[in-house]
Amino acid sequence: MKRIITLVVQNRSGVLNRVTGLMHKRQFNIESISVGRTEQEGISKMTFVVDVEDHRKLEQLTKQLNKQIDVLKVTDLSEKAIVARELALIKIVSNAGVRNEVQGIIEPFRASVIDVSKDSLSVQVTGKPEKIEALINLLRPYGIKDTARTGLTAFSRGSQPQSAELTQYSLLK
Amino acid sequence: MKTEKTVTPKKSAAASMQTGADVLVEALIEQQVETIFGYPGGAVLPIYDALYRSEAEFEHILTRHEQGAIHAAEGYARVKRKAGVVLATSGPGATNLVTGIADAMMDSLPLVVITGQVATNVTGTDAFQEADFMGITTPITKHNYQVQSSYDIPRIIKEAFHIASTGRPGPVVVDIPKDISAKPCFETDQSPFHLPGYHPTFKPNPIQIKKLGEALKKAKKPLILTGAGVLHGGGSDTLKKLVERFDIPVTSTLLGLGAFPGDHPLFLGMAGMHGTYTSNMAITDCDLLINIGARFDDRLTGNLEHFAKNAVVAHIDVDPAEIGKNVPTHIPIVSDAGAALQEMERQLESGPEDHQAWLEELHYNKDAYPLWFNNPPEGMTAQWAVKKIYEATDGDAIVTTDVGQHQMWAAQYFQFTRPDRWVTSGGLGTMGFGFPAAIGCQLACPEENVIAIVGDGGFQMTLQELSVLQERNLPVKIVILNNQALGMVRQWQEEFYEERYSESLVSCQPDFVKLADSYSIRGVKIESQKDFEEQIGELMSYNGPVLIDARVIQQENVFPMVPPGRGINDMVGVKP
Repeated sequence: MKRIITLVVQNRSGVLNRVTGLMHKRQFNIESISVGRTEQEGISKMTFVVDVEDHRKLEQLTKQLNKQIDVLKVTDLSEKAIVARELALIKIVSNAGVRNEVQGIIEPFRASVIDVSKDSLSVQVTGKPEKIEALINLLRPYGIKDTARTGLTAFSRGSQPQSAELTQYSLLK
Repeated sequence: MKTEKTVTPKKSAAASMQTGADVLVEALIEQQVETIFGYPGGAVLPIYDALYRSEAEFEHILTRHEQGAIHAAEGYARVKRKAGVVLATSGPGATNLVTGIADAMMDSLPLVVITGQVATNVTGTDAFQEADFMGITTPITKHNYQVQSSYDIPRIIKEAFHIASTGRPGPVVVDIPKDISAKPCFETDQSPFHLPGYHPTFKPNPIQIKKLGEALKKAKKPLILTGAGVLHGGGSDTLKKLVERFDIPVTSTLLGLGAFPGDHPLFLGMAGMHGTYTSNMAITDCDLLINIGARFDDRLTGNLEHFAKNAVVAHIDVDPAEIGKNVPTHIPIVSDAGAALQEMERQLESGPEDHQAWLEELHYNKDAYPLWFNNPPEGMTAQWAVKKIYEATDGDAIVTTDVGQHQMWAAQYFQFTRPDRWVTSGGLGTMGFGFPAAIGCQLACPEENVIAIVGDGGFQMTLQELSVLQERNLPVKIVILNNQALGMVRQWQEEFYEERYSESLVSCQPDFVKLADSYSIRGVKIESQKDFEEQIGELMSYNGPVLIDARVIQQENVFPMVPPGRGINDMVGVKP
């Protein structure tokens, strides 16, 4: 099962290595990682999407992460109402003839063209991973030259609905 | 026992300038370090120089290999319940420590390991004697630091000792680049440390203890399993009071031996792969299993599908990650074992209401299925020898071992009646651990009898430390249970590989008596029961180091045994 786990960590050298090493040692498969600084000096936040076999393994993972001295907080967002986004850059083969056509495709995704050259065009899109997948699929026929994705980053919504309504907000259900 | 200093440098203006190394030494003094186990080298020259110049009465134990230093520090830490300190140089010095660090991590021993590192301006260039020690030790340490500025040294050392010795103890590495220890240090961070990500739980939740009390009252077949957590938490006395008050039978893991007196009528013996039949059946049949400070290691549990299936499982552990890791737990109690036992003593008013039949059953099993070994008319068996050592010392000794047959026999036939007298490599199962660990134990407890019971294989992995015995005249007694084989490997090859003894029979070995002699240590070779019986008393009380080459029968196997993959109720060799 896929889980979104966020870690608040002290921004010290080797901390990412500690966390990924731990996951590797205990055989958790990491689907994506995104790391960045927070508003607090010296504190970073990591968002992991991991594939975990069952609840017992998940509990083991969060407990082991919590044991790391540089890890301040571990949150499993999977059961919560969350806002989750990923950013992707997609470079496709394109000439003057198809630019308008592409514009028409990306518009409903609220994506934007960020770079144009003689024979290529780069698009930036933000959203849930499924949305990004959908856009990539639509652009595939034009010939994708390159893609770069940040991996998911997420946090919980300001107000949490009753647990019965959760499924419609949760990303992974 | 400080070695004489030949030169006393004058305190010139330059000498009064503190270096990073001086700051380190001061920080160690502040932690009340008395003994350091180490080996010098290029990247720690500034630190060794600072030790030399220091006025403090440090005892530096120069082992003859870094692995010897760290195992000695482990032995020291185990019996002294205090962080052992190790110092080694960068690159090979550091990598030689890796086995000991992993060993300490598995067996939760507090260590502060200080290593040199190449200077910061060449870090990452594959410089001479460079190894990425942070990368190497991240998965096998509780925490590790690379010092980036001498300003941080006092704070990092405080944190390192705090992390190593609180909560679930473990090894902490502090890697110090040579330029940082060598250069003058103008300002240091003397502020108290701040570890926002480290808050080990010490006291139990009283509600969980109450639940445990209720479960205990109802239990018809209660059982306590003790682990090393009881020793780390100093809970032995409280445990004994509780057990006697409520008549609860006790079994133990390998590392928990001594947490409860081995000769007590309520003690069932060690459990697990080579545990007693009574203990393993007690775990299988009990309806309440109270695990105090053990981690349900696979050598204890055997196949988990058959482990304590009928029991309500209560698990007291200072490390929350251990609870529920291997065995589903009904009453989790995150706490230091000593604190949890005290809370139990405070809260629990009555014990099991109806468990007499259980006690009778266990006593019957204890009488009907005792440990046994062959006693042939010719030659001697290792089990017999261990028993004789136990009798000759009245059990009043600290015993260390390596891993393997001799370790199991020492665990089975040496009854530990007091805590912190049993030092063995459990989790990692390290050959070559026992002898250097004994050196650490003897330094920690100069007045105690310290016996290293080792095999001929393991002893040859770290025998260079005989130099330390010679140099310091430490009265460690080394008993090599010499079967000219890697006994446990041989046993498994006999049992599971149709007697194909691949590389496990090692008849070519040094003359251990001459070896001892070359280190000016008294060495004795004993081949018969008669000689052993006659000499062992005198040898054990000899005022100085002794090496005994005890020739034992090679074909002996450790029994009873749970074959790999089976449940612990499924034992072979329960009876002769």
